[in-house]
Amino acid sequence: MDIADIQAYAYFFFTGFLVLVLYGYIYHLYSSERKGERDYEKYGDIALNDEVTDKPVETISEKEIEKKEA
Amino acid sequence: MENRPLEYDYSVAKLFMFTTIVLGIVGMLIGVILAFQLAFPSINLLLGEGLAEYTNFSRLRPLHTDAVIFGFTLSGVFATWYYIGQRVLKVSMAESGFLMFIGKLHFWLYVVGVAAVVVSLFMGITTSKEYAEFEWPIDIAIVIVWVLWGISVFGLIGIRRERSLYISIWYYIATFLGIAMLYLFNNMEVPTYFASGGIGAWYHSVSMYSGTNDALVQWWYGHNAVAFGFTVPIVAMIYYFLPKESGQAVYSYKLSLLSFWGLMFVYLWAGGHHLLFSTVPDWMQTMGSVFSVILILPSWGSAINMLLTMKGEWQQVASSPLIKFMVLASTFYMFSTLEGPIQAIKSVNALAHFTDWIVGHVHDGVLGWVGFMIMAALFHMAPRVFKRELYSKALMTTQFWIQTLGVVLYFTSMWIAGITQGMMWRAHDEFGNLAYSFIDTVTVLHPYYTIRAVGGLLYLIGFFMFAYNIYKTMSARPVEENELQSATPMAA
Repeated sequence: MDIADIQAYAYFFFTGFLVLVLYGYIYHLYSSERKGERDYEKYGDIALNDEVTDKPVETISEKEIEKKEA
Repeated sequence: MENRPLEYDYSVAKLFMFTTIVLGIVGMLIGVILAFQLAFPSINLLLGEGLAEYTNFSRLRPLHTDAVIFGFTLSGVFATWYYIGQRVLKVSMAESGFLMFIGKLHFWLYVVGVAAVVVSLFMGITTSKEYAEFEWPIDIAIVIVWVLWGISVFGLIGIRRERSLYISIWYYIATFLGIAMLYLFNNMEVPTYFASGGIGAWYHSVSMYSGTNDALVQWWYGHNAVAFGFTVPIVAMIYYFLPKESGQAVYSYKLSLLSFWGLMFVYLWAGGHHLLFSTVPDWMQTMGSVFSVILILPSWGSAINMLLTMKGEWQQVASSPLIKFMVLASTFYMFSTLEGPIQAIKSVNALAHFTDWIVGHVHDGVLGWVGFMIMAALFHMAPRVFKRELYSKALMTTQFWIQTLGVVLYFTSMWIAGITQGMMWRAHDEFGNLAYSFIDTVTVLHPYYTIRAVGGLLYLIGFFMFAYNIYKTMSARPVEENELQSATPMAA
């Protein structure tokens, strides 16, 4: 088996591996939402409420906001 | 001063909006000239025999492609980044003097880079690699411009208030990383003057790769220039502008994440379809075809997500020309991402390769998807940037229909021309002699070349209407902040 064959097999199996990772990601998205760990759909509001004065959907740190409000 | 409420600062976005329009006109105008040259070769001597060197097809062609890719489209990407970036991260450029300086430096160095490209290509200085024609000094300048943009992107992300990065930001980051990687690897070159100890011009170079390897790297780059220049950042735009303009949150955020990773995973390996039936390893060609076909899934994932975002709100398509532009853009995205994979199937490619059908495919994608989306983005941004309503809704609607007709004429004529061409090239008699000579195809294709040129001209006319509308918006009726919440205010 020369280097070109090794490349081709490596490419093929790596592709298969990444397909599994991608399917795993789909499973992760739906299962974490079902378990109530995360609500992905709320992030869609980031585009709608995007004034600089709007409340962030998730703030970077509560302390920073308190500092700004003070 | 201290009590002034914090506002987004669009000064850099405004500068890039300007270059989007100017370079759009330059790129498309040259495109129309080229289209007429193909139909009527005497136009190669547009400015007379003496200037033929500068007006012939081969000199102008890279100027057209590079002006629309690196001029119009990239300016649009930068303009929208400096607009969307602030808004979805909820941080103003005005809050950081450093980022403002970097943003302006980014713009002015970009302008210098563009000038160098235009002058050098007009002079005929080129590496002869498609979409990578710039010689090494310009490549270095482009890398610096790109790094400055990267500092802007990650700098703004670093000072954000919104913890989660909206999906558009993911796409902008992917654009930055993708192009950085592709550009660096494909433009690895040897400056011949320095390598040879002083022979030839100081700016001349040759590719570091040779033969088949050069072709492989070139089309890995070339196809992904489409991916990370014409797809990824345009998806970033539509994920922000369509929800914002229609007032509807994206239909499925999960689907947007999934499509993102799908696109990243698949797109990079589809470039092999440019080298079907060439000297690259057969398995690589097959994988190029397979990945191209799979690419339908993530592409349609994004496009369907956009169309479903309009669910229950389809009356907006009828009432707003801005929504029309975006819905047609995403429809053209679906259309060209179905057409591309079909062309990448080996048996179809045997007919389509090197024909005008490929040119048609590129243009239904770029005119229908990229061009429409960037113009829609600027239409949405202009009233917010200038705090004035859009000058004319009627002009915008007229522009929409003129340009749609232009795109349809363009791709239908190229379909017919391309398939005719492919069939004539392969036709032979019972002894295996070719049935047609090259000039036979040229004669048959002439009417379609003329139709294509007219289609391109209509699109250019529409683009001038767009430029005029934006220009007049700068002095239109001032609007209040509350008029800018979702649907863009526009005068009849």
